[in-house]
Amino acid sequence: MSARLSLRDVTVRRGGRLVLDVPVLDLAAGEVLAVLGPNGAGKSTLLQVMALLERPVTGTVAVDGVRVRGPVLALRRRMAMVLQEPLLLDGSVRDNVALGLRLRGVPRGERQRRADRWLERLGIAHLAARPAHTLSGGEAQRAALARALALEPDVLLLDEPFSGLDAPARARLIADLAALLRETGQTAVLVTHDRDEALRLGDRVAVLIGGRLRQLGPTAEVFSHPADPEVAAFVGMETVVPGRVEETNEGLARVRVGSVLVEAAAAPVDGAVLLCLRPEDVVLAPPAAAEGPSSARNRLVGRVTAVTPAGALERVELDCGFPLVALITRHSAEELDVRPGVQLLATFKASAAHLIPARPAPPATNAAG
Amino acid sequence: MDLLWDGARQALLLLLHGDREVIAITLRSLAVSAAATLLSLAFGVPLGMALALARFPGRGLLLALVNTGMGMPPVVVGLVIALLLWRSGPLGALGLLYTPMAMVLAQAVLAFPLVAGLTAGAVQSLPPRLRLQILALGASRLQMLWLLAREARLLLLAALIAAFGAAISEVGASLQVGGNIKGETRVLTTAIVLETGKGNFELAMALALILLLLVFTVTVLFTALQQRARRA
Repeated sequence: MSARLSLRDVTVRRGGRLVLDVPVLDLAAGEVLAVLGPNGAGKSTLLQVMALLERPVTGTVAVDGVRVRGPVLALRRRMAMVLQEPLLLDGSVRDNVALGLRLRGVPRGERQRRADRWLERLGIAHLAARPAHTLSGGEAQRAALARALALEPDVLLLDEPFSGLDAPARARLIADLAALLRETGQTAVLVTHDRDEALRLGDRVAVLIGGRLRQLGPTAEVFSHPADPEVAAFVGMETVVPGRVEETNEGLARVRVGSVLVEAAAAPVDGAVLLCLRPEDVVLAPPAAAEGPSSARNRLVGRVTAVTPAGALERVELDCGFPLVALITRHSAEELDVRPGVQLLATFKASAAHLIPARPAPPATNAAG
Repeated sequence: MDLLWDGARQALLLLLHGDREVIAITLRSLAVSAAATLLSLAFGVPLGMALALARFPGRGLLLALVNTGMGMPPVVVGLVIALLLWRSGPLGALGLLYTPMAMVLAQAVLAFPLVAGLTAGAVQSLPPRLRLQILALGASRLQMLWLLAREARLLLLAALIAAFGAAISEVGASLQVGGNIKGETRVLTTAIVLETGKGNFELAMALALILLLLVFTVTVLFTALQQRARRA
C-alpha cells in the first residue's frame, strides 16, 4: 500500500541558503510522525511542504502515491494544519470551528453539526457561542484543534501546537490529543522541539537538524539508539564522550574512555566511538556502596563538579575520568549531600550505554514502522 | 460673531425653504465624492493588499510612493489631470474636462493613495501567520483575501471614511478640472470659494455649514457601520 504522503529528494532554499533537505520520508496511514529538532531546524518548512503550501526547489511530494503537480487546492483540502498560535478569526467559537467546512462549501446545517461534535470531543462545547477572542490560550488552542479535526483530514499537521500554553493546560491538551489520535486513527505529523511531546505522541520520530533529516525511525529506537552525536544530544543523551572499543565479547563491548573502562551492550561498531548516556540512566550512591551487590556492570567513583536544578530534579555533573551527567530527585540529593567536591559512586547498566561510530553518520534511511 | 450667526440662520432658511440650487449643489457634491470614493476603493484596496501580502521587485518604492501620495497637494493633482484632459492632451478626445466625471477622477486620484496606504497598513497589522493558517484550512486565494479583508474591516472602514473625507472636502483640483460651472460642476466646496470671493459671507457660511453637516452625517453612518462590524 502506498504511503499517505511521500517526500523524495526534497530541498527548499531561502535566499540561496538550504533550509530543508529530506532524501526520503514516507508517512503511513494512521501513524503519528513526530518531527523533532531545535529552533530553526526547518521543521515548519517541512510541514508547509507537506501541507502543499510551499513548493520544494527540487524533489517530489506524492499524496497516496500520486505525484503532486499543477493546482493543489483540492489536495490541500485533504489536510488541515494547527499552528503554534490558535489564530482564531472574529466571530463565535462555533463559527471558527466551522470555518474550514464553510470554505469547502459544506451546507450550514451539516457544518454546524460537525463543529458541535468536535467542540464536544475537545471538551469546549460550553464555549460554542462565545466570541472567539474571549477564550484563554488553552481554550483557543482546543478550538483551533477542533477547527482542524472537524475537517476530518487525511493528514493532520501540527506545528508546535502546545508551545504557547502554560504547563497545566499543555499537559491536559497533550493527554486529550493523544487519546483522540489513538481513538480515531488519525494520520498526523507533529512538529516539536520538545522531547516529551515526541515521546508521548509519536509512533515514529524524524530528527531534523540544520534542515537535514538526520534520523528517522520508531520513537523508542531513535531515543535509545541515536545515529550521531547531535541527534544523541537532542534526544537527551547528555553524556556524549569519545572512546575506543578495545574488546567485544559475548554481546558486551569494553570501551576505553579516558583512563576508565566502560562496558556497553555491543553495537556493530569498533575502533573510535562515542559513548552516549542518558542522565536518568545513571544512579548515584555513596562511594561505600561500591562494595555492595549491583546488577549494573559499570560502577565508577567520581567527584561532583556541579549541581543545577532541572525542573523537579537535580542535574549532577561528575568527573569519573570523563564528564558524566546524572539526574536525581531532590530528596536523593539531600540524602547523598550532593555538592561540588563530594565523591559519589555512579552506576549504569551496559544496556544504557549507547555507542555511535566516531565518524560522520550515513544519510538517514526510511525505517518505516 | 454676527456673521457666524447670520450664516447659520441663512443655512437653516435655505434648507427649510428647499432652495433648489443649494439642494442640487449638495446632491452633486455627494454624488461626485461618493463616486470618487468608490473608484479609489476599487483600485486602492487591491493595491494595498498586494503591497501588504506580495513580495515583488520595487515593492518598497511603490509603498513609499503611495505614502507620499497620501500628502499629495490637490492643486498638483488638479493641474496634472487638467493637462491630461485638456483638449490637446493625451485624453482630450474623451471630452471630460469641466464635467463632473473629471472631478470624480481628480478626487479619486487624491483619495486613492489614502485607501491603498491605509489598506496596506491594515492588512500588515494582522498576525503574520494568519494568511498561512487560512490557506492551511483549505481556503482558495480569493477566499484568503476575503477573510483577511474581513479581519481588517475596522481599519478598512477607517480608510473608507478618510477617502470620503478627502474627496468631499477637496476644492483646488475640483475647481481646476470642473471649472465651477453653475448647474453642472458646482459643488459645495467650489461654491463656498466663489461666494467668499464675492463677499457673500452669509451664503458662503450657509454652504459651509451644509458641507459640515453632510460630512458629519456620512461619517456618523460609516462609524456606526464600523462599530457594528467590531461587535460582529
